[in-house]
Amino acid sequence: MDIFLQTLVAGILKGGLYGLIGIGMSLIMGVMGIINLAHGQLMMVAMYITFVLSHYVGIDPYLSLFITMPSLFLLGALIQKYTLNPLMEVDSILPENQVLMTVGIGMVLVETSRFIFTSDYKSVQTSYSDATFYLGEISFSVALVIAFFIAIGFTLFMFWFLLKTDIGRSIRATAQDKDAALLMGVDSKKITIITFGLGAALVGAAGTILMPIYYLFPDIGGPFTRKAFVITILGGLGSTVGAIFGGLTLGLAEAFGASYIGMAYDDMIGLIIFILVLLFLPGGFKRLTKI
Amino acid sequence: MKKFIPLIILIVLCLFPVVIQNAYYQHLMILVFIWVAIGSGWNVIAGFTGQVSFGDAAFFGTGAYTAGLLAHHFHISAWWGMAFGGFAAMAVAFPFGWICFRLRGPYFALASLALNEVCRHIATIAEPLTQGMVGILIMPTFLSKIPYYYIALALAVLSVVFVQFVMKSKWGYYFLSIREDQDAAESMGIDTHKYKMVSLNIAAFLTGMAGALFMNYMGFIDPEVVFSLHDISIMAILVGIIGGVGTIYGPAVGALVMVAVHEFFRTGFFGLFKGLAAMTGSDAMISVAKTISHAHVLGFGILVVLVILYLPNGIVGDWDKLVGKIIPFKKKEAAS
Amino acid sequence: MILFELKNLVKHFGGLAAVQNVSFQVEKGEIFGLIGPNGSGKTTIFNCISNYFPVTSGSIHFNGQDITGLKTNKICKAGIGRTFQVVKPLGRLSVLDNVIAAAFSKAKNKKEAHDIAMETLEFCGLMHRKDIIAKSLPIGERKRLEITRSMATRPELLLLDETAAGLTPTEVDVAIDLIKKIRDSGVTIIIVEHIMKVIMTISDRIHAINFGQTIAHGTPKEVSNHKAVIEAYLGEEYAHS
Ligand SMILES: Nc1ncnc2c1ncn2[C@@H]1O[C@H](COP(=O)(O)OP(=O)(O)OP(=O)(O)O)[C@@H](O)[C@H]1O
Ligand SMILES: [Mg+2]
Repeated sequence: MDIFLQTLVAGILKGGLYGLIGIGMSLIMGVMGIINLAHGQLMMVAMYITFVLSHYVGIDPYLSLFITMPSLFLLGALIQKYTLNPLMEVDSILPENQVLMTVGIGMVLVETSRFIFTSDYKSVQTSYSDATFYLGEISFSVALVIAFFIAIGFTLFMFWFLLKTDIGRSIRATAQDKDAALLMGVDSKKITIITFGLGAALVGAAGTILMPIYYLFPDIGGPFTRKAFVITILGGLGSTVGAIFGGLTLGLAEAFGASYIGMAYDDMIGLIIFILVLLFLPGGFKRLTKI
Repeated sequence: MKKFIPLIILIVLCLFPVVIQNAYYQHLMILVFIWVAIGSGWNVIAGFTGQVSFGDAAFFGTGAYTAGLLAHHFHISAWWGMAFGGFAAMAVAFPFGWICFRLRGPYFALASLALNEVCRHIATIAEPLTQGMVGILIMPTFLSKIPYYYIALALAVLSVVFVQFVMKSKWGYYFLSIREDQDAAESMGIDTHKYKMVSLNIAAFLTGMAGALFMNYMGFIDPEVVFSLHDISIMAILVGIIGGVGTIYGPAVGALVMVAVHEFFRTGFFGLFKGLAAMTGSDAMISVAKTISHAHVLGFGILVVLVILYLPNGIVGDWDKLVGKIIPFKKKEAAS
Repeated sequence: MILFELKNLVKHFGGLAAVQNVSFQVEKGEIFGLIGPNGSGKTTIFNCISNYFPVTSGSIHFNGQDITGLKTNKICKAGIGRTFQVVKPLGRLSVLDNVIAAAFSKAKNKKEAHDIAMETLEFCGLMHRKDIIAKSLPIGERKRLEITRSMATRPELLLLDETAAGLTPTEVDVAIDLIKKIRDSGVTIIIVEHIMKVIMTISDRIHAINFGQTIAHGTPKEVSNHKAVIEAYLGEEYAHS
């Protein structure tokens, strides 16, 4: 029973973070209709920024959110503006041009990081990195709990942003019906740039708050990109609420998989879920709940 | 005159190993031929049918492992893999396509990426069968490169001719119709699900054969090599795009360019940096030379970005545009 | 002889009832007009017939057989061709290749497909455009390509969705001639059209719907004098004229 509860807690905590990663991807999916295959790689960039700030400047990882998020927003916006938006005007046979572009960008980000930081593992040691506390028999990692609440905070903020602000409404309108949004006077180019920036900033936040408990190397992005697209598919392409459920489901599945099957299958579990969703629930949770 | 160009190229390629006896260049040409087969396969499903695969390595690796495992477990010649490898890849493609092609949208692209990863994991985990990360080592059949050269050339030529044949047939019309508009295709009586499957299986077959040849030629494979996302799947896309999406000869051009680019990085700009390092003797230069030789992935990444931005239909597909940019006056001449 | 029959067709999109209990029968050899104001469910009926999406309930019969739920491509093979209101040319292929691709549905080999395609291009008056890339055609000829392509599948029943919309008056006359010519060649036609001149002059019978429900049917004259139709659709002007 204890193992079960412990696993459940671990899964939920992880799931909260995954939700944050998934929301960014879902936003991009919803507005641009593309899967961003550089998502995890953007997270990796944020992690390196956090690492540099902590290691060389001595800034606490959580504080560095104020630097990583704007930086990632800028990076995402630039990517959208100069590499993805121009593709809308290019006449090409392949419909997946933009997705391919994100793959190329991901490769450039990873290899540039390798160029600068080599392939060595890096980590950020803080006083709370290894700290735990107990509730009954169940142990909680302090850093993971903090990360979970920060993730929840950002998630709630995103909902407020999407529902209550003008830009948020424009984003939702564009996601629902591009042409109609255009007719209503939404500047769709600007919206795509903001959306990609936001998506990058959110996944950047996830990377930063993960830093105290995780290690870092240039290829770390790949598995997270895969997790992000599993979450997005699981939630239903483009659904933000779905992404949270998708994140939780993946977090739980990974936790239980690791406890009851074996650690080595971590990445595999996401892929299996992906295949199961394709088989039995095409359309994801969105399909079930119509959210 | 234009009709004879393929024939002339073929004759030149047949004479190549006789004239150029340098094993290194023969090796590069063998790689080019293998990539022509892979690129042609990718082009069938992505370029002609419009279903972009991000997971060609799944078929390539399956073909390679089929050849390797036949030799390893049953002690029969790995050349049998050339026959079975293609079919084994189809056995992977079939259930995969069956599931994914029922859905529209980006599912196929994503699922192919997932398939790539799943195959790599399986090859890594299923140690009793595949020896996991240790990989499979077989004795090469020939010491000389020449037999491999002609076998690879035959595979490349067969791939191109076969694709050309297919594209002139009913299947070709159906593939193009599906690429251009699936709803229209269905309303014209085309079973889009079935013909996407046909297209995918052609791609898988050609790629699987290429994988089997790779096993025979290299003599060693492991999951990271043959199921590599960057070095196989992405490279296949690059070969397909750079040469020309949806053109018959595009993959051949793309293969030549990509192998050259790959070599360019692998050798540190053809030894430039090594030379500089030796000349200056500086540590910095030596480390740069080392890094550059590992930076082919960075080169590929930059290439993906540039090609998609400026040459989305490839050298063959955007030939007029390309010629027009490099030699502007020539375009005017042609137009007038 | 009854060639085609729709029985109690219902189609819901989530909460929206786009088609509610529509039934009609089409005689072999006639031109059957389907009219209704914008958004009344005409295209949806076509999409249900060709099983572009599944019907909610009801059934579709063709040549005495229940074809409800047959796959879209099988519907075409069975002998029902259709055009799209929003034209769907195979953009990067030539006009001829567009038609050849369709002709394969009945042809045994490429030569036969080519022959059928050439014949159909001639019949539909698009021969002079055969080597043009489809996406560079002007709208009028794109609509014509839609018809040509569906004719190349050798249908017994042809569903035409607003093939005259967006055409110039001269082009409309040409289109009317073509539709009549197709009928005279033995193909039964169900036509959706907003342009009254077209629908009233060529239809043998007309079925009118509004909000997905049948409001009238009969000869063009009967329908155009029907009170519900005048109110719902034809508007004041036509009623007075
Ligand atoms: N795929 C769909 N999903 C949801 N609603 C749809 C879909 N297709 C059509 N509808 C709705 O069904 C109703 C009927 O639409 P339909 O296109 O059949 O009208 P129509 O009679 O063809 O109109 P028009 O004359 O403008 O072509 C409309 O309210 C439309 O918004
Ligand atoms: Mg309509």
